[in-house]
Amino acid sequence: MAEDFKKYEYDVIVIGAGGAGLRAAIEAARSGAKTAIITKSLLGKAHTVMAEGGCAAALQNADPRDGWKVHFHDTMKGSKWLANWQMAEYHAKEAPDRVRELEQWGAVFDRTNKNLINQRNFGGHTFPRLAHVGDATGLEIIRTLQERGIHEGIDIFMEYTVRHLLKEGDRVTGCVAYTRVDGDFHAFSAKSVVLATGGITRVWSVCSGSWEYTGDGHALALWSGAELRDMEFVQFHPTGMVWPPSVRGILVTEGVRGEGGRLTNSDGVRFMFDYVPEMFAGDHAETIEESDQWVEEVVSGKLATVRRPPELLTRDVVAKAINSEVKAGRGSPHGGAFLDISHRGEEAILKKLPSMHHQFKELAGVDISKEPMEVGPTAHYVMGGVLVDAETQESTVPGLFACGEVASGLHGANRLGGNSLSDLIVFGKRAGEFAAKRAKDLAQPVIDETQVQQAIEVMLEPFGNKGGENPGLIYDELRDMMQAKVGIIRTKEELDEAIEDLKNFESRRLASYPGSSRKYNSGWHQALDLKNMVDISYAATLAALTREESRGGHTRDDFPVPDDEYWGKTLNIIYMEDGEIKIRQDPVIEMREDLQDAIKEVKQMIAERAAEAGGGN
Amino acid sequence: MSLKGKKQNFKITRGEGEDSSMQDYEIELDEGMVVLDCVHRIQYEQEPDLAVRWNCKAGKCGSCSAEINGRPRLMCMTRMSDVVQEVDEGEPIDIRPMQTFPHIKDLVTDVSWNYDVAQKIKPINGPEEMNWEFNQMEADRVQHFRECIECFLCVNTCHVLRDHELFDDFAGPRNLVRLAQYEMHPLDLEDRIPEIKKEFGVEYCNITRCCTEVCPAGIQITDDAIIQLKERVVDRYYDPLQRIWRTLTRQKVRY
Repeated sequence: MAEDFKKYEYDVIVIGAGGAGLRAAIEAARSGAKTAIITKSLLGKAHTVMAEGGCAAALQNADPRDGWKVHFHDTMKGSKWLANWQMAEYHAKEAPDRVRELEQWGAVFDRTNKNLINQRNFGGHTFPRLAHVGDATGLEIIRTLQERGIHEGIDIFMEYTVRHLLKEGDRVTGCVAYTRVDGDFHAFSAKSVVLATGGITRVWSVCSGSWEYTGDGHALALWSGAELRDMEFVQFHPTGMVWPPSVRGILVTEGVRGEGGRLTNSDGVRFMFDYVPEMFAGDHAETIEESDQWVEEVVSGKLATVRRPPELLTRDVVAKAINSEVKAGRGSPHGGAFLDISHRGEEAILKKLPSMHHQFKELAGVDISKEPMEVGPTAHYVMGGVLVDAETQESTVPGLFACGEVASGLHGANRLGGNSLSDLIVFGKRAGEFAAKRAKDLAQPVIDETQVQQAIEVMLEPFGNKGGENPGLIYDELRDMMQAKVGIIRTKEELDEAIEDLKNFESRRLASYPGSSRKYNSGWHQALDLKNMVDISYAATLAALTREESRGGHTRDDFPVPDDEYWGKTLNIIYMEDGEIKIRQDPVIEMREDLQDAIKEVKQMIAERAAEAGGGN
Repeated sequence: MSLKGKKQNFKITRGEGEDSSMQDYEIELDEGMVVLDCVHRIQYEQEPDLAVRWNCKAGKCGSCSAEINGRPRLMCMTRMSDVVQEVDEGEPIDIRPMQTFPHIKDLVTDVSWNYDVAQKIKPINGPEEMNWEFNQMEADRVQHFRECIECFLCVNTCHVLRDHELFDDFAGPRNLVRLAQYEMHPLDLEDRIPEIKKEFGVEYCNITRCCTEVCPAGIQITDDAIIQLKERVVDRYYDPLQRIWRTLTRQKVRY
C-alpha cells in the first residue's frame, strides 16, 4: 500500500546544517533562492561544534610575513601534492574575507594586542594562521552561522534524515526524507541540491566523530551516480583520548601542541625529533632548546626567529610516530603517548585550552595543568568525498553540489589542521552561490511519485525483519572490523578480508530488526545508516587496496614508501555502475604556471628562514 | 574504584507523554563509563527502539540533557563512578527526560520553544567595514556567554518556566544569555533594552540561581548575564535622574 508523504518545493535544498551547510544556505538565500536546510539533528548540534583549534586564514594579523601564497603552498605540501590546486588557490585567497565576515556576523575571536583577530600556530602552517576562540572555535563558528542563518528566510527542517536523491534523467531534482520524531515521510522538489553532510568517521570504532558521521552524503552521491575521489585518505588525528575506554577517540586539539605541548614516550624521550620525514627536513627545530625558544617567542606574541617544534609536523606524520612508539613498546600505560602542556601553567591553560582542561578533568580525572595527558590516534576526518568542480562545487551529476567534508579535493592525501573550518566557509559560500545561480533558469521539477514510493519502501524494509538482530550490535561490530582491518596501517591481506567481511555485514544489515515503532526509533535509524556505512566502508577499503604506496592518510605496511612516479600523480575515483561500486584511476592535472611560481617563491623563503635559524643557533 | 563487571540497575522513562512509565533494566558496567554509554548499551543489547538524542558524546553539542537521579545534567559528561555513589547498593539509577519540555518519547523532549524565542532576537548590528577592532578584555566579557552549548538544562531548571509555565512572557535563561552576548558586544549598535524588559521579560527572574547551578559550560548565567540585563533595564526605566535627562535631551541612553 502506498505510504502518505508530504511535498515541498524549493529552489535550493541544503542537506546538513554544519558550518558548510549553513554557509551554503545563507549564500543561496541571499542570492534570492527559496532555500531550505534539512538536518538530521537539531540546529547548532552538527559535528562542526567539535572543531577545536581554529580556522586557517592568512589574515596577516599575527605575522605579516604570511599571505595567500604561503597558505596555498602549505596546503599543497600538506596534501602531498594531490590536492586540487585550483581549490587550494580559491581557499587561500578567500578564507581571510570569509573569517572577517564571520566577525561581522557576531563571532568573537580571540584578539591580538592590536585589537584584531588573533592567530595560533598549527601543524604544517608556516606562520601562525588559525583564527580561534580558546579551544572551541567550531562552536563559535556554528553558533555564528546559526544566529545569522535564522534571519535569512531559510526554512529549516530539524531531525529530518534524507535517504534518497530524486532524479530526472541525469539531473538531481530533489530528495526524500523521514522525520526522526514521528517517522513520517517527506519529498522535496529542488532545482539544486547541496550536500553538506560531513564525514564518515563513525565507521571506525576509535573516532572523534559524532553519531551523524555515517557517510550519508557520500552514499547519496554515489547512489545517484556522482563520483568520489581520495576515499583511501583518512586522517587519523594523532591525539585522541585513550583512557578510559568509553572516551577513547575523543579529540585532544592540536592547539595543545600549537601552545607548546610536548610529546614523550615511556622513556621520557621527545620522540618527534626522530620522525622528521625527508620532505620536511630542515623546516623544524632540531634541538629541545630551539623548540623551547620558539614556544617562548610565540606565546609572548613575538615573531618567531627560530623553527617550530617537531610536534607540529603534519597530522599523518605525528599519528604514525605515536603508533610506532607504541608498537616498539614505549607507549604510555594505556597504549598511547604522553602529551604534556603543564609547563605553560594553570592560568594560560585555562585561558587557551579551557575545554581540554574540563574534558580531561571530567572524563579521565586528569588535571592537565599538573600532569600529562595520554593520547593516541583517532579517526578524525576523511579527505575523500564527492568529486566537485573547483569553482562551483557541482558534482559530476548536474544539480548536485557538495561542500565541506563530504566534498573532496582541497586536502588531497592529508588535511592541515585548521583547513577544515576555512574549507566550510569558503566552499560553503561557493556551493550556495552556484547552486542558486544554477536554479535560476530552471523550472520547478515535478516530484516523481514512483521514485518516492520506492525510496519509502526501502526505508521501511527493516520493520519486516521480525526476530532479526539488533542493528546496534551490527553497527558496533562493523566499526570494530574497520578499525582492525582498514585502520591507520594497512596490508593487502587485511584489506582483502575487510572486503569479504563487508559482504557479510551487508547481509546481516538486510536482516536486522529495530522493533516496531517508527517514532524516534534509534534502532531503525541505525539499520538505515548501516546501508551507507557498508557502502562507504567498501569504497574506502577498495581505494586503500588499490593504492599500493604510502602517502599522507594512507599507509600500507606492504608498500611503506611513497611512489611519486605513478601514485604521486594519480587519483583513485570511485563510482557506481549497475549497483556495483567500482574504481578507476585519473591523472592529476598539472599545476598552472603562475601557481608553480608561487610555490617556488615560498619554498625559497622557507629555505632562507631555515638557513637563518640554523645559523642563529 | 573500578566498575568493570559490576551489575547495575536502571530505571528509565519509556513510552510517549502521559502513557510513559519507568522501566527496569540491568547491565554490566565497564571501566570509565558515562551514563550515555549505559543508555546505549541498553539500546544495543535490549531495546533497539529506545529513544535518546545525542550527537558528540564529548560535552560539546548539548544534545543529551536528561535528569539523572533527579539532577539535570548531560548524560555524556556524567560518570558512572559518581552516579553509583548517589544511590544505595542495589538501587537503580533513575534516568528521565527533561521535565519542562513537551515529551516526545523515552528520553527525548521537544525543545523547539527555545529556537522559536531565538528567532525573535535581532541579529548583531555592527559596522559595515570589515576588520572590527576591539581588545581581548572586551572580547572576554562576551566569549564567556558564547560558550553556551544550548543543552537547555538551564531552561529546564528555571522555575519561571518549569513551575509557572510563563513561556509566552519570559525568554528563559539560555536566550537571556544570548541577549546579554549581543548587548555587551563592544560593537553592537542595536538598542535591545526595551524588548529585554517587555518581550523577553527579564524581570520575571527572581535570581534563585538554579540555572547557573546546572550549566555544564560553567556560565555565570545569573550574575554575569541576567543581573547585568536587569540593571540596564532598571537604569533605563526606573532611574529618575536618567528619565529626566532623557526627557530633556531626548537622547537615547548609551551604555
